[in-house]
Amino acid sequence: MDRFNNKLVQYSLGVIAHLLLLLAWYLFVRLGDVPKFVMPSPIDTWKALFVPDYGWWSNTLVTATEIFGGYLLALLVGVLLALLFTWSKTLESLMLPLLVTLNMIPKVALGPLIIVWFKYGVFPNSMMAFSIAVFPILLTTARGLREIEPELLDLVRSLRGSRWQLFAKIQFPGALPYIFSGMKVAAILAVAGAIVGEFLGSDRGLGYLMLQVQVTLDTPAMFMAVALITLLGMLLYGIVMLLEYFLVVKDARVS
Amino acid sequence: MSAATIGSSPVASIAASEPFIHLAGVTKVYRSGRKEHLAISDASFDVQPGELVALVGPSGCGKSTLLKILAGLHGHDQGTVRIGSALHAFDPARDVGMVFQAPLLLKWRRILDNVLLPAELLGLPMAAAKQRARELLALVGLAGSEEKYPYELSGGMQQRAAIARALVHDPKLILMDEPFGALDALTREKMNLELLRIWKESGKTIVFVTHGISEAVFLGSRVVVLTAGPARMADNFEIDLPHPRTLDMKTQERFGAYTRRIYRLLGME
Repeated sequence: MDRFNNKLVQYSLGVIAHLLLLLAWYLFVRLGDVPKFVMPSPIDTWKALFVPDYGWWSNTLVTATEIFGGYLLALLVGVLLALLFTWSKTLESLMLPLLVTLNMIPKVALGPLIIVWFKYGVFPNSMMAFSIAVFPILLTTARGLREIEPELLDLVRSLRGSRWQLFAKIQFPGALPYIFSGMKVAAILAVAGAIVGEFLGSDRGLGYLMLQVQVTLDTPAMFMAVALITLLGMLLYGIVMLLEYFLVVKDARVS
Repeated sequence: MSAATIGSSPVASIAASEPFIHLAGVTKVYRSGRKEHLAISDASFDVQPGELVALVGPSGCGKSTLLKILAGLHGHDQGTVRIGSALHAFDPARDVGMVFQAPLLLKWRRILDNVLLPAELLGLPMAAAKQRARELLALVGLAGSEEKYPYELSGGMQQRAAIARALVHDPKLILMDEPFGALDALTREKMNLELLRIWKESGKTIVFVTHGISEAVFLGSRVVVLTAGPARMADNFEIDLPHPRTLDMKTQERFGAYTRRIYRLLGME
């Protein structure tokens, strides 16, 4: 019961902090008499949601598709490549240094190139999200698969365990916490990637909408767009956390 | 030549049966490039079925290497290694149980499932293995912890689970590499007593590697002393202390004589 109460207090404090920020924002705008185009109040921001021309729903769907599509592809490619590396030491020695170098490329700088290659739209923006999200997943997964105590290996070998048994019973479950730590970093990056993609070239999406309303100085709509992008990020992050909660034993989690 | 004559003391029980483990002149050299490192030279000793033999020596004396040779993980360069006898057949693929300094429990598995790992690797019938795992957890004093995760157990309890895991496939030989080296002194003494009890109840042959001299004398029915630089086998003698052993024995004159003998061999006197 005490533990339950502690949790309740902890969560309440978190909610209170959010509400306080909203209040401080409201008071700042009200008492400071800040013009709406510089900083709208929370209420003005909320009202922006009801301007029908902005197509909030469809634009949000477009951005969500880019984020989730790019992210899922990054997860698939990142984990599969890392798996390949564990099966072939040569491949890993060949590819990993290269990938570390490629990871150094600021992916945002690839934006104009991606437009040249794929034009603009949902697909190139997904590629942007993908290119920025794939590396953390790949690198943490590869690391997780490598982290196996040599003595555990001895134990399996002393019983003539197969390579597959080693992988399925020890290596992969052992790597899961690392995979999730990469997935969490990647979730945040994928959102940034998709939005930068939309800034650079797009005809739909929340990033695109932001550029449109910027011209008319509709700051409340820009605030709303940022809020929705943040919500999409929180949704993705939340799904990852939920999966981790069910798949990874508490003590094994890597933060 | 019988291996029983090796070492400075005559071995009292020249068993009528063949020894379970027979090592004669075992030498192992590690090569890396042009460098050669002698890990063990001329190790010769026998282990009778059901014996608990302690290998004691400083780091670098080759005791862990010797254990790996017994586990079939390393080859050796010279000499004879024979495990098993006509009466006690030994299948190297399934008759070894190993315990290391770290418990090496899988964090994502409950204790019972951790204990079952060797049974899974060997493809043993699961229902029977589960039953046995439960019995073994009771034997090592972990009844009631079957459904817990490793992080919920203390270091000593985790090591108990590791011992149960080493026994689950009913191997004939248990190899222990400083299994209590990471535990605090009190827990270690307690685990020594527990190990002796488990050894008696399970009747397994155990080879126990340690750098603890008093631990070796307390546990071993026989002690093999190895020295480092160069790695060689220095002595092999029986510990003539009655069973069950009690902590009180550590204060006895005879116990002191055994430890002094080892200290002398290791040049620490």
